[in-house]
Amino acid sequence: MEAAATVASIPEEWSTRIDVHQDRQGRRYEVECRPDTLQDLCAWIVQTLDYSFAGLVVEQQSGEWSLRYLFHAADARSGRIDVLLRQPLSQVHFPSISGSLYAADWHEREAEDLFEIAFDGHPRLGDFILHDDAWQEGLAPMRKDFNGREPPALRAPNPNWRPDRIVHAPGVFGMPIGPVYSSTAESAHFLLETVGEDVIRVVPRFFYKYRAVEKIAEGRPAEDALLLAERFNGITAFAHGLAFAQALEAIGGIEVPQRALALRVLLAELERLRHHTGAIQEICESTALVVAASQAAILEEELLRLSGELTGHRYLYGLLACGGLSRDLDDAALRAATVRARGILQQLQALEKRLVRTSSFLDRLEQVGIVTEEEARACGVVGPIARASGLARDLRVALPYCGYGGYGFEVPKEAEGDGYARLRILCAEARQSVRIMEQALASLPAGPVRAADIRPCAGAALGWTEAPVGAAFHWLRVDSRGAVVRYRIIPPSFANWHVFHLAAEAFAFQDFPIILASFGLSVAENDR
Amino acid sequence: MTQWVLSGLAARVRTTRYPARQDQSPGVSPGFPVGRALADGDRGAVVERCPTGALTRRDRRIWVDPRRCVHCYRCARGDDALEWQQGYEWAAVATSRPAGEERTPPLSSAFARSLHVRVVDAGDCGACLHEVKQLANPYYNAHRLGFFFTPTPRHADILIVVGPGTDQMRTALEKAYTALPTPRRVIAVGACALSGSVFGPSFACSDGVRSIIPVDIEVPGGPPPPFAILHALLVATGRAQPAGWAAGTQWAARPGPAAEESGA
Repeated sequence: MEAAATVASIPEEWSTRIDVHQDRQGRRYEVECRPDTLQDLCAWIVQTLDYSFAGLVVEQQSGEWSLRYLFHAADARSGRIDVLLRQPLSQVHFPSISGSLYAADWHEREAEDLFEIAFDGHPRLGDFILHDDAWQEGLAPMRKDFNGREPPALRAPNPNWRPDRIVHAPGVFGMPIGPVYSSTAESAHFLLETVGEDVIRVVPRFFYKYRAVEKIAEGRPAEDALLLAERFNGITAFAHGLAFAQALEAIGGIEVPQRALALRVLLAELERLRHHTGAIQEICESTALVVAASQAAILEEELLRLSGELTGHRYLYGLLACGGLSRDLDDAALRAATVRARGILQQLQALEKRLVRTSSFLDRLEQVGIVTEEEARACGVVGPIARASGLARDLRVALPYCGYGGYGFEVPKEAEGDGYARLRILCAEARQSVRIMEQALASLPAGPVRAADIRPCAGAALGWTEAPVGAAFHWLRVDSRGAVVRYRIIPPSFANWHVFHLAAEAFAFQDFPIILASFGLSVAENDR
Repeated sequence: MTQWVLSGLAARVRTTRYPARQDQSPGVSPGFPVGRALADGDRGAVVERCPTGALTRRDRRIWVDPRRCVHCYRCARGDDALEWQQGYEWAAVATSRPAGEERTPPLSSAFARSLHVRVVDAGDCGACLHEVKQLANPYYNAHRLGFFFTPTPRHADILIVVGPGTDQMRTALEKAYTALPTPRRVIAVGACALSGSVFGPSFACSDGVRSIIPVDIEVPGGPPPPFAILHALLVATGRAQPAGWAAGTQWAARPGPAAEESGA
């Protein structure tokens, strides 16, 4: 079905305005609507047009609230839809859409917590990002009149906080895990409510690591905010830095040189290969398969050293710049690095072959931690986890950037949605990454790596990448001096942790660390 | 199961000889900028490119505050670039303990071959934590030196803290520190833990973990490589000398008015 016709077929009573934009980023429809039709419109876009919900961007602009609901299609031709809802600042009640679009659930909870606006009809607001035991009610840090540079006067930490128990029945045992747990785990809290060995409820609590990246970015020059984009989740620094740089380039209408585009692709895929090797290592470690964990760790360290040797930094910091890259890389070094990456991939594939022949390992993964396709679709799951549950969504295909449309690669898909399917997806994607690296190298043009004419320019735009964990969206608004007015990060882990509790429920207690590892998610990315 | 034995043996020994011998493998360190004397006509404009205030001009020299460097490499690019040196023995004894408290000596030799480490993530981006985790991989194999990670602070001698110290981790961090038996040492790892780097101070985040708990050893870097963290553990047990920063680098006093004065 031709998307233009479909978007145009939005019932007239639902929208007040439809604009079509066509630029270097692709096609985008902007649909403005009224509060009473928002829910029907959003549900229709997802259910009838089969678009995915990407996220919600709340902006406090002069005199009004602007809520932007982002949607994107699964194929490159149909592009994006932004649904816009505007209300005067005095009106802080908005309709909740998570009743019919569950993927919006956490987005509404976050906006309610940080902006002190209300989503009427949402069943569970409060204690989300700002923990009730650390902050007093009524704090709205994302509002423009809140000074983010100083500690707030309203603070009364309660060291005796205990998680709320949801299940009340005889024999139920609550097992709180975190925020400091395991040996080198990131800080997060999980309450497991168990009957015997079975976990019947999992209540995760995040945002212990909330650094308020979106707030502290405001007022900073955009090039300094790029440092935040790179550093809020160091494990996938390049993917997030790239999404930010692309948003900034879209605002300024900056054309990135061809060589920089190819190098960006090569480095992004190197990062994906390293990330997936690390994720496979975590899975091996969680099943106590020590030899396999060590072998994967060797490969991961080799990829870190390869990145360090090639670019100067093991996590690819400091390479991205608005308009391209901050420095050129040597062709011979790139060729050597790609050959080494191929060698490391071959060892990873040999490891995979040994793993799938080890029944004690597969027993821990198969039929464990299942995310069904309906759950994945309803929760708006992205990345390898979605692809392991039958949803072959990939922004490199859906909304091509950096010239990904010109590369030959496959988006792997599995149907089972269990830990083993996720492991197979990681291995398959690692193969595709090396394939893309080799193509980027083969077609690497000579020339500059940074656009020449870069001037600050007021405006707003969305940048996106398919980060190793899934779709990452960065919404950026800058003023005419090039300072950030609003920065919104929609990271893939935020979408995926949303479904985690469903996967971890109904399994045995000892499966929990394995399910956690097979999700391979970052808490820093979620918490921001 | 024999396949694991055979493939494990075939993987050969990868472990570094450090600290007996310096490891010069490529790609193990992100490097560090080195200050320099300002020649005539060199205004030292490179200082203005530093986004975190790690570079200062004083007495006709450019000084580097290792605590604040986040490896953005802006001072490594351009005609007036600073020289960056490789290496990783960056751990230094903290100079920032509250007034009246002595700098802590290394732990006694009783800990030399059995040191238990608890890691607390106080808002880390994941990179420092990941580099700490690499100590367990076969290349570094910290176990051979008697360093072990423990899941509980009650069994730990050392607390490694990564991340800038978020407000919502403050209670957990204080509790973990209190639970450590004495003698204990705290190692702050990474620019965020030392100065807040690009994140702090703000309403949600401190300007480094020493404003929450006392810090004994500081490891700069964004993130410091595994060798630097290994060096910190060796320094904590008196088995290695703390960093002797080359001329041109400095350990600034606690950020705030004092640091600005010395940087002026």
